Amino acid sequence: MTSAPTARRSIRRRPPIVFVALGVLGTLIFVVPLLGLLQKTPWSDLPELLTSDIVIDALRLSLISSVAATLIALVLGVPLAWLLARVDFPGRRLVRAVVTLPMVLPPVVGGAALLFALGRRGFVGGPIYDATGFVLPFSIWGVIVANTFVAMPFLVVTVEAAFVNLDQRFEGAAATLGASRLTVFRRVTLPMIAPSLAGGLVLTWARALGEFGATATFAGNLQGRTQTLPLAVFVSLESDRGAAIAISLVLVAISLVVLIGLRDRWWLRR
Amino acid sequence: MVFKRAMVSCCTAATLVLTVSCGSQSSDAGTEISGRVVVFAAASLTDVFDAMATAFEAEFPGADVQLNLAGSSTLREQILGGAPGDVFASADERNMGIVNSAGELESAPMIFARNSLQIAVPVSNPGEVTSLADLADDDLLIGICAEGVPCGDFARLVLDAAGVEASIDTNEGDVRALLTKIEANELDAGIVYTTDIESSSGVTGVNIPDEVNVEVEYPMAALAAAPNPVVAGAFVDFVLSPMGQDIVVAEGFDPR
Repeated sequence: MTSAPTARRSIRRRPPIVFVALGVLGTLIFVVPLLGLLQKTPWSDLPELLTSDIVIDALRLSLISSVAATLIALVLGVPLAWLLARVDFPGRRLVRAVVTLPMVLPPVVGGAALLFALGRRGFVGGPIYDATGFVLPFSIWGVIVANTFVAMPFLVVTVEAAFVNLDQRFEGAAATLGASRLTVFRRVTLPMIAPSLAGGLVLTWARALGEFGATATFAGNLQGRTQTLPLAVFVSLESDRGAAIAISLVLVAISLVVLIGLRDRWWLRR
Repeated sequence: MVFKRAMVSCCTAATLVLTVSCGSQSSDAGTEISGRVVVFAAASLTDVFDAMATAFEAEFPGADVQLNLAGSSTLREQILGGAPGDVFASADERNMGIVNSAGELESAPMIFARNSLQIAVPVSNPGEVTSLADLADDDLLIGICAEGVPCGDFARLVLDAAGVEASIDTNEGDVRALLTKIEANELDAGIVYTTDIESSSGVTGVNIPDEVNVEVEYPMAALAAAPNPVVAGAFVDFVLSPMGQDIVVAEGFDPR
């Protein structure tokens, strides 16, 4: 114990001034716009604005659709990530590229592509519509699909990296001791990738919550049915700036609370 | 900001700031119509002002028109924020009014074009829409522009005047987004500008009776802070002249 402070002192030297200056500048890029938002906030009208129908409807819709998209990403994304990490199938690099494409694609392009494929005249949506009369766009299902399309890559990328980095000898040991493949996955693999999985889920959820372009293009914009918080901000910017800022604050607050809470707990501490 | 067209020769390699000062110098030289003029025009006026710029430059070879195209409300914010523009052409009177109240106009805004609304339906008209009343059908997928967007405010005026409680499925952020969904046959009908229907091959128009239709008026004015006020005034005059009005009509708008 006595030698510890000496050792710590040698590690904790003053950080280089250049790094501090650039780091502060880097932080300001994110802090300054937030201050702009706070500075324009109509604080006295805030309670009234936040309890208006448009905010309540959008908040409900945003929470439902972002959580639903995250669950779909979990169910479909984890097996996909495992396949990408562990199975050397032909075309794996292409599949990986296609799956991560929405991360770099402008969301409005994704929305248009979804509309052309899954709309009632699309090559997938068309037969479904003709057979059942079900139309995906302009419904909450459309919002969930758009959210999943844009957000799921974040889960796949995070979890695939975890599978790749996982030391397979642990799984091998469990199998040697007689555990079935499912038991190995459930009792060894999953716990070991849990931090990455949690981090990926948070990222996915956060991306789904902020989704705008694909939702607007594919699912449309109707209060109570497809108008999520980001769409409500966009619409309010045209008509009522105070309401737009109030909704933005809700988004910022929810996101900050979740990112701070979950990130520190799961993601960085391994 | 989308600046179209190349900069004039004297400023080719210069920065934006330098080009602006360059423009003022040429206007200081006298009443000669030359130098750069930056026109802030509503996105829905893209085709008209492209043609207008070409014709203006042909008429005054020393002049160089640059278009900054965006939604009227975005342009309004840019002007109020001090963006260096010479002329403002808005798709509605509300945004022009706000700029006017802020004292940013050189002279009173002038109406230079008119438009009206129509119902747009896919060419095959799957919803068999023939009148405004059909927009109340809950089984059809109906879209209009969002509130606060000019085409959305106008559409609501029309529906109110006709006493139709439309069964809206989506409020689109701008008229192009709405038109795209109708063209793709994903919506059965929507309310758009007459000029949009004429410029699109994927939709056909269903007439809205004159007594409930709105007359959309497009105002323009030279800006008080215009770096090149002489050419700014000349450009406004040109749009209002018979030659400019011919272009307005050729692009499907009604003249002033």
